[in-house]
Amino acid sequence: MAQTAQGTPATPAASTPSGETSFPAGTPIIVEGTPALGGSPMPGGSPPPPGTPVGAMIGTPAALETPAENTAAFPAAVPFDAVPMGFYTDTTVCIGCKACEVACKEWNGLSSYNGGVNVLSGDSYDNTRHLDGQHWRHVKFIEQFDNTNQGRQGRWLMMSDVCKHCVQAGCMDVCPTGAIIRTEFDTVVIQSDVCNGCRACIGACPFGVIEINPTNNTAMKCTLCYDRMQAGLTPACAQACPTASIQFGAIDDLKQSAQQRLEQLQSLGETRAQLYGADDKIVGGLNSFYLLVDEPEVYGLPASPQLPSRNVPTSGLMSTAGAVAMGVLGLVGLRKRRMDQFAAERAGTGQRDEEVTGD
Amino acid sequence: MTSIGSIGSLVLAQTPPSDTFYTHAPEWTWLIVVYFFVGGIAGGAAFLGAMLDLFGAPQDRPLARLAYVVSLPLIAIGGPLLIWDLNRPERFWHMFIQSETGRPMFKYWSPISFGAWGVGVFGLFIFLAAVGTLAELGHLPASLRLLREGVVGKAVSALAGLFGLFVAGYTGILLAATNRPLWADTTLLGLLFLLSSISAAAAVLILLSWRWGHQGSVHWLAEMDVYSSLLELVTLIVLVISLGSVALEVWGNGWGVLLLVGTVLIGILLPLALHFRPHLAGRMSLPSAAALVLIGAFVLRAVVVLSSEAV
Ligand code: SF4
Repeated sequence: MAQTAQGTPATPAASTPSGETSFPAGTPIIVEGTPALGGSPMPGGSPPPPGTPVGAMIGTPAALETPAENTAAFPAAVPFDAVPMGFYTDTTVCIGCKACEVACKEWNGLSSYNGGVNVLSGDSYDNTRHLDGQHWRHVKFIEQFDNTNQGRQGRWLMMSDVCKHCVQAGCMDVCPTGAIIRTEFDTVVIQSDVCNGCRACIGACPFGVIEINPTNNTAMKCTLCYDRMQAGLTPACAQACPTASIQFGAIDDLKQSAQQRLEQLQSLGETRAQLYGADDKIVGGLNSFYLLVDEPEVYGLPASPQLPSRNVPTSGLMSTAGAVAMGVLGLVGLRKRRMDQFAAERAGTGQRDEEVTGD
Repeated sequence: MTSIGSIGSLVLAQTPPSDTFYTHAPEWTWLIVVYFFVGGIAGGAAFLGAMLDLFGAPQDRPLARLAYVVSLPLIAIGGPLLIWDLNRPERFWHMFIQSETGRPMFKYWSPISFGAWGVGVFGLFIFLAAVGTLAELGHLPASLRLLREGVVGKAVSALAGLFGLFVAGYTGILLAATNRPLWADTTLLGLLFLLSSISAAAAVLILLSWRWGHQGSVHWLAEMDVYSSLLELVTLIVLVISLGSVALEVWGNGWGVLLLVGTVLIGILLPLALHFRPHLAGRMSLPSAAALVLIGAFVLRAVVVLSSEAV
């Protein structure tokens, strides 16, 4: 499917008829109506003085990485090369600390649920439960415990979930406004100033990534920190991850290190280790791919996700066949009626003739 | 002793029947159900009207006129329902024009995109047909009768009918072009909605004309209702069989009961019984069957849309 033939340019324009601004270089995405970041964009960073524009912070990569020493010169932002970039997530080293979730929410200014009042899930140590418009990162806890097992056998699987930035993206496939674009880094970004909230992308994403963000009433998801990447910065989640479970970089490099790690695990006897989305078998490849140690379904990932438009040609053919059948039946009905009418008229005429000439 | 491997398989044993169960529901609810219902009837009525107009006898013209004037307000209600359902209704025009370049926005592989255009084009032709009809009836300037006469009239009728068929069926294709349980697990929903729309439209026209309509025209409508209901029943059976365990998962509950009672029994089998055994309800057989068909068509859309939403 023509994934690149979207109606909108790869680099969004700075302003729109509605007056909103969408992702000009060096500006983080701010959810409409939410206050600008009040604290440091990264864990460990010192808070900017009050009133510092958020956009100013992103132009200071060195300051963000070593805030204490670097207070003098701010080097200019150097964007990454326009090559496919993404995440490789090694789930075996995730410790479930959720630093990535927090960093994502903080950087992107994502609001909390229930006015910040914590709601416990009640059946898991994970209280986020799923990705949505306000949670662009979610650390899944797969709690494999058999309650009937006296030996208390079991294990935790942790997986930091995010938009997969699919090479063939279902969300982009269906989006009727061109709000969803593919960037120069081969990542998938929703322009919130173009989205009109039809919600087609929500049902189209095979991974259940997107939902409406109630703050601006548009569909939202991970942008792979497009704003940070344009300034040559590592996405907030990858930078915050303390175990390097989330690795960020050029996809080709990430695939190499994932392959090495896979071989290492397998040589150590972890035969269930497998890469998910590192090749093109899953929707053309995932620019956020995973190393798993169980079947994808165990992690809540579909085994063979597909593009939503796959159903359109056959559905169209079936409907057309039905329409033709109904048309033919309608024509046959009208024709039969005319024939019956002729027959009745002829019979009537014959009868009259008989009456005229008759007995 | 249970090994970790077998605990893993315990989890796998709960694996859903299809990859579509890993997705989020788009929250298409009552507004969409009502749109599917009124839009389907509008499209089906335009198709039936065009058939009577183009291939029927002169005595069919009153019913063709009725079909157009019924279809127009229904699609005029349906369009705003779609806009109202958007989270940002003021941006509905982004479906048609790229907000950043001003160029047309059209994706032939996205049903929600080509559907928006299809509904728009249908709206135009049914408007022309209805305007011509009102002129024919003397409610608008006589010059507008042109829209119902000669080549122009035939073209307007044919295009209204063809786009009517599109509107009657594309909604099922729109659901199939997702990754949601049930909707994306079949390619039969477009056909199902198309057939149900034609039968519901025939039912509406019968209800509005059975007292005064030309007997031949009303009889033809009743025939179309029977044909589409029979095909709808067959399609529904094939759909359930082909869905297999997905049908059990999504419809093995109250939704399945509602479908069985509301659509199969009330909306298809009872009306068919009334068609084939008219003495059951005497003079009221025809309108009773038509009313039941309408109930069935509405329940069908409600169950198809809301049962998947509920997963
Ligand atoms: S994971 Fe879902 S939201 Fe992300 S690019 Fe793929 S289809 Fe779109």
